[in-house]
Amino acid sequence: MIQIDIEKTMISSQGRMVLEVGMQITSRELVALFGPSGAGKTTLLRILAGLIKPDKGRITVGSTVWFDSSGNIDLLPQKRNIGYMFQDYALFPNMTVEENIRFAHPSNNRKEVRDLIETFGLAEFAKRKPSGLSGGQKQRVALARALARKPSLMLLDEPLSALDAGMRISLQNEISKAHHLFGATTILVSHDMSEVFRLAGKVICLENGKITSTGSPEKVFSDTSISGKFQINGQIARIEKQDIINIVTVVTGHHIVVKVIALDADIENLHEGDHVLVFTKAFNPMIKVLHR
Amino acid sequence: MNSEFLETLWVTLKLAISTTAILVIIGLPFAYFLAYSKFKLKPLIEALVSMPLVLPPTVIGYYFLVAYSPKYWFGHWLGETLGIKLAFSFTGVLIASVLFGLPFMVQPLQNGLLGLSDSLREAAYTLGKSKSVTFFRILLPNIKSSVITAVALTFAHCIGEFGIVIMVGGSIPGKTKVASIAIFDEVQSMNLDIANRYAFVLFAISFVMLTIIYSVNKKHETWKMI
Repeated sequence: MIQIDIEKTMISSQGRMVLEVGMQITSRELVALFGPSGAGKTTLLRILAGLIKPDKGRITVGSTVWFDSSGNIDLLPQKRNIGYMFQDYALFPNMTVEENIRFAHPSNNRKEVRDLIETFGLAEFAKRKPSGLSGGQKQRVALARALARKPSLMLLDEPLSALDAGMRISLQNEISKAHHLFGATTILVSHDMSEVFRLAGKVICLENGKITSTGSPEKVFSDTSISGKFQINGQIARIEKQDIINIVTVVTGHHIVVKVIALDADIENLHEGDHVLVFTKAFNPMIKVLHR
Repeated sequence: MNSEFLETLWVTLKLAISTTAILVIIGLPFAYFLAYSKFKLKPLIEALVSMPLVLPPTVIGYYFLVAYSPKYWFGHWLGETLGIKLAFSFTGVLIASVLFGLPFMVQPLQNGLLGLSDSLREAAYTLGKSKSVTFFRILLPNIKSSVITAVALTFAHCIGEFGIVIMVGGSIPGKTKVASIAIFDEVQSMNLDIANRYAFVLFAISFVMLTIIYSVNKKHETWKMI
């Protein structure tokens, strides 16, 4: 169990913002931190890693206190036993893929390094330097390297943001596989709803430094009061007026585009960029007597 | 005459090699401090380090002579307690030369470190690696071209140093007389033939050093690194 209760004043491009977060994460859970850019997601991840010091608060992981402003405790990143995946992957350019992973392994155990290389399908370019790898390959190396230390907490900072749609899906599977295989508690920063749906068991929404909602992705992203049989989440890409109706284009995930017809009254509250729920009640169950 | 020529070249090389070696040892931690420290008085330290770039060498040489002089407390203390006399000695010139060469070593190293993404350092920390392991295994190998630039530049600059050496060391053959001073002396005495030989050697060394700098920095704009 990880208990986080911290406060940190940040100076961002939008001015001063106070990151104020209190949350609990169960062991072995995969949690997504979701929210718009500038909400404080990465800062929160860096605070957990010990790369940024909060102004006040307390972080405990199991029975160990990682940070406590009142007790003057601030564990170094080196002492936190974490795996951190950076947005730019931060692979060491002077080392080959294998050396990157071996460097991360605490006891330099050749067999375990070999196993990690095999698990993430890195064998054929194990002797290559990071500069000769594609974005997806780099991501897999970064993931393997972060796991080499057998961390009790994995922190993934928008690991898939730089990749194209096809690559995303396959690497989402890698992250999912890593989570099942190694069982580390994982916190994933994302601003992609479909990614959160695919990977996370729990989502924590962060906006302007505050938690706005938390729960399962289905619960957080769906309005359960609507008893639709079919519902998808998406983001409004465009609202076009055609004669007396409007066509709202909603993009869900990375592939699906849904066009919804709406009347003027319907679009009053809709704006481009809004996160919306598209649902239909067209598939209502019918009932008919067969025998009496 | 031939032996004096070789002796002068040897003093020149000895000074340049010792200065560069000492500066590598001092310069690396110093550049690390300047690159990453959030110390409030850092601009002051950076300004002091860069002073040799703008001050005439004779000014710095003059201050060194004053500091070494037994008339003042530092020189007096050196002579009385340690029995060392630094003025007009090789060691005295070496100390002045190290201080004078500091920006040529520190600036390329500092720029090299600042050019690396912060996440490299942070990644090593999150992998449980100490600051020194991170420095020697990650940072240093990734600023190799800056290290080569710094070493070549410091060496080449030291080979050509004139003002500070003549102020602090005078021109004592076999002790503090270096090639650049010898050229001046020989021209004064109309020995153009010997002056010519010295000049050629200095020209060749500088040319080789700068070629090294440019070839290791093919991908970068070299003078930005300095």
